[in-house]
Amino acid sequence: MFELDLRSRAPVYEQLVEKIKELIIYNVLKPDQQLPAVRVLAGELTINPNTIQKAYRELEHRGYIYSVPGKGSFVKPAVPGNNTARLRALEDELAKIVSEMLYLGVTPQEIITRIKMQLPEDEGGKRDD
Amino acid sequence: MIEIESVSKRFQETEALKEVSLSVRRGSIYGLVGSNGAGKTTLLKILAGIYRADSGRLTIDSQPVFENHSIKARTIFIPDAPYHFPNFTIRDMALFYSRIYPRWNQARFEKLGDVFNIETRLRVRTLSKGMQRQVSFWLGLPLMPDVMVLDEPLDGLDPVMRRKVKNLIIQDVAERKMSVVISSHNLRELEDICDYIGILHQGEMLLQRDLDDLKADVHKIQIAFSGDIPPALLQDLPALYQEKRGSVLILIVRGASAEIISRMRSYHPAVLDILPLTLEEIFIYEMGDRGYEIKNVLY
Repeated sequence: MFELDLRSRAPVYEQLVEKIKELIIYNVLKPDQQLPAVRVLAGELTINPNTIQKAYRELEHRGYIYSVPGKGSFVKPAVPGNNTARLRALEDELAKIVSEMLYLGVTPQEIITRIKMQLPEDEGGKRDD
Repeated sequence: MIEIESVSKRFQETEALKEVSLSVRRGSIYGLVGSNGAGKTTLLKILAGIYRADSGRLTIDSQPVFENHSIKARTIFIPDAPYHFPNFTIRDMALFYSRIYPRWNQARFEKLGDVFNIETRLRVRTLSKGMQRQVSFWLGLPLMPDVMVLDEPLDGLDPVMRRKVKNLIIQDVAERKMSVVISSHNLRELEDICDYIGILHQGEMLLQRDLDDLKADVHKIQIAFSGDIPPALLQDLPALYQEKRGSVLILIVRGASAEIISRMRSYHPAVLDILPLTLEEIFIYEMGDRGYEIKNVLY
């Protein structure tokens, strides 16, 4: 299903959480779709099953998946509510990128245009006049 | 599942183990690391029921291990130098094992032939070191063990075989809740498969913790300021280790990453990076704490 970067410093379980979250956010894993069973994924990735169990618990705690006893884990349809910590981290990342772009000589106007290109058409993606 | 309580072992003048305790849950993979001569092999041999501890208690499923056939029947120990009988072929060894171990699964042995792919009519002792090690796993897994004790098991295996063997172990852990105790100096490899880590040094257990907790608790921080480094910073966050490389300060700090970041931010650094430590770095800094440091010797 996916590969982990075994050379990365990040703990394996954190990588798993991020990977699965990404797949949910980009709708590769659809709402109510079943996630692979822990033992199956453990065998596929050659990763400790306890680590995978932990990642699933964390995802459930953060509201990305739900588990049905005896059946397994499934993707939760609703967007999780409490995202403050992650949003904060993303804002930091954005600030870093913006300051680097400014340093490299990109004008503020160009940066704004770039960001607007990433937004959906009907929500501020239009050029202002 | 496996419980060791203040076990000590002495060989003549050498105190190999001093009051070592550890416990391994069912279905867990416990990684044992340590300096050379730390007592890892002694501990594993006690676990496997080969040595008898001078004092302390060792139980597997609440039963003592030493001379206990019912426990030994479901334990496999692969030592750092595997022993095979002279002139025995792989098939002879399998026959021998099948008569000793009540749980022997012949179908599994045949199936594993696809993985290991060595002629069973060959004499084990004529095989290369790496192949002999493969044979140890090949003969070990069909016992359907509940406990696997491995002393530097992956050394001498080629990268493909390492991956295959790790996968076989993981499958048994996932499907049958087998418990594994594994010692190695290849910390990178342990990091991927273990969930619990114990560090042994000079016969004593320095620390043992859940691997993810261990990694979440120590961080490497790279911080740089456009002016001078604020002197209050280092008093505010006591570092396990610090190093200045040009204008960049590298710190090893204990604590939760969110709190460290917010504290560091208050000094308005120009650059602030926080990285999780690798197990190898944790090992080196913890050992450094005990006076076992990396010092370059100059001739």
